[in-house]
Amino acid sequence: MLSRHPLLRTTLCVLLLLVVTCGLVFAAFAQIKYRWNWEGFRKNEMLFFQGWLTTLGICAGAMVICLVGGFTLMLGSRAPWEPVRLASKGYIAIVRATPLLVQLLIGYYVVANALKIHDSIVVGMLLLGLFEAAYLAEIFRGALESIGRSQREAASAVGFSTMQTYRYVLVPQAVRRALPGTTGELVSLVKNSSLLSVLGIEEVTQITRLINSRSYTALEGFIPLALAYLAVTLPLSWAARRLERRFAYET
Amino acid sequence: MKLEARGVVKAYGIHRALDGATFQTESDARVVTLLGPSGGGKSTLLRVLGCLLVPEAGQVLMDGTQLPNNEVGALRERRKNGFVFQGYNLFPHLTALENVALPLRAVHGVSAAQAEARAREMLDRLGLIGHEMKHPAELSGGQQQRAAIARALAPKPRLLLLDEPTSALDPVMTGEVLDVIRELAENGQQIVLATHEISFARKVADWVVFLAQGQVQESSTAEDFFTRPQTALAQQYLEGLAKYR
Ligand SMILES: Nc1ncnc2c1ncn2[C@@H]1O[C@H](COP(=O)(O)OP(=O)(O)OP(=O)(O)O)[C@@H](O)[C@H]1O
Ligand SMILES: [Mg+2]
Repeated sequence: MLSRHPLLRTTLCVLLLLVVTCGLVFAAFAQIKYRWNWEGFRKNEMLFFQGWLTTLGICAGAMVICLVGGFTLMLGSRAPWEPVRLASKGYIAIVRATPLLVQLLIGYYVVANALKIHDSIVVGMLLLGLFEAAYLAEIFRGALESIGRSQREAASAVGFSTMQTYRYVLVPQAVRRALPGTTGELVSLVKNSSLLSVLGIEEVTQITRLINSRSYTALEGFIPLALAYLAVTLPLSWAARRLERRFAYET
Repeated sequence: MKLEARGVVKAYGIHRALDGATFQTESDARVVTLLGPSGGGKSTLLRVLGCLLVPEAGQVLMDGTQLPNNEVGALRERRKNGFVFQGYNLFPHLTALENVALPLRAVHGVSAAQAEARAREMLDRLGLIGHEMKHPAELSGGQQQRAAIARALAPKPRLLLLDEPTSALDPVMTGEVLDVIRELAENGQQIVLATHEISFARKVADWVVFLAQGQVQESSTAEDFFTRPQTALAQQYLEGLAKYR
């Protein structure tokens, strides 16, 4: 009967997995004889919610920055002008080869300070976006380069200029190929935003730590915290998969 | 149309695909075929004639005017030509209809409604009614190649260049596509065709350019080439092909 109702079957599977996962988590807590105290967290629910909204805002801004920045860097790394090409490739290489934490600390306490920018949320958003941009640039470049020579030739044969070739032939096909990798990076971005707590930004991870220490609890806040991230990352992956299916013109 | 090449050189790295190719067709050649062994330089010459490649040296003249040797001029020339290649060179992310209509709008400045009407007309003429909304992956090889021909013909090109348009097709589909090309030729379309389909070339060609090792070995009317080949290379080539027919 279940085999004839794929949706029902999937739902049941998901529920089962959920129960098993929760069971395991609580078993682990029971094993370490953890004593629950939700009182403190409940009193600070609003604060937690505000932190979550801050995280959402920062992530949304950083996503725009990283998409635009990644595309620009990809174009830069293919530019006909050598200095632009070298600068783009150098940026990509260095950002990808150093930890985000180090970039955040140097970027905030040294660079932003020197430039006299003191709004930590803006700086954090920028740094996070520029970090992911380097990864996206490589994903975009790979997607673009995977489009064969014959497509470029076909484009120039129908009379497209270089700009038109990008616009009508290369970018639309590259978008589809870049989609899975890009989603992965956007999910990483959301998770990486938790590191912004080192800049004292009151995003949801920082707030959770605050609540935990304020109410003398150790771990309670981390469970809602995990759920708060899942509430963003799971729909993001799901939406991306839908988008991918819409773009699936090659079978 | 009169095609003329003088000492055309085109190299890939150190390898010269065209090494001083020189020929001249009669002044009213309508269907010119490029024949010759694999690797002889047919595709390269076709691309040079269609301004897809700019040669390193030499000149190409079409009806007495020299083809440009800069990118801007080459683009202008390309827009007057139609190309069909061996492989499936349709845009996979667009429907058959859009493959034809998009270049009309974007390159030739045709309005959206007119472009669509023209695209439907062309697909219709090539026997693709009912397939307009399919993507290339949903079409058979022969259908894809006919859609590619529709795309090349839609802007009414002065010259249609075909590079082995049937070599990726099975015999039935090859027949379909060759019928289309023959009909075009009979209706007066100017064509340059690179092919290994020797018996087809014999039927439609006015002029034959025989290429081997990057040089034009022979350039003559089709009749002369097939009945009285002058060079040993051409004789061997024709004999080799005749063996299994
Ligand atoms: N893009 C390329 N890069 C490097 N070498 C190439 C390229 N295209 C062609 N060549 C070389 O140039 C020579 C001529 O190639 P061309 O494609 O013009 O031959 P052809 O006569 O069309 O052969 P075929 O009948 O097999 O299609 C060949 O030796 C080939 O290896
Ligand atoms: Mg070839």
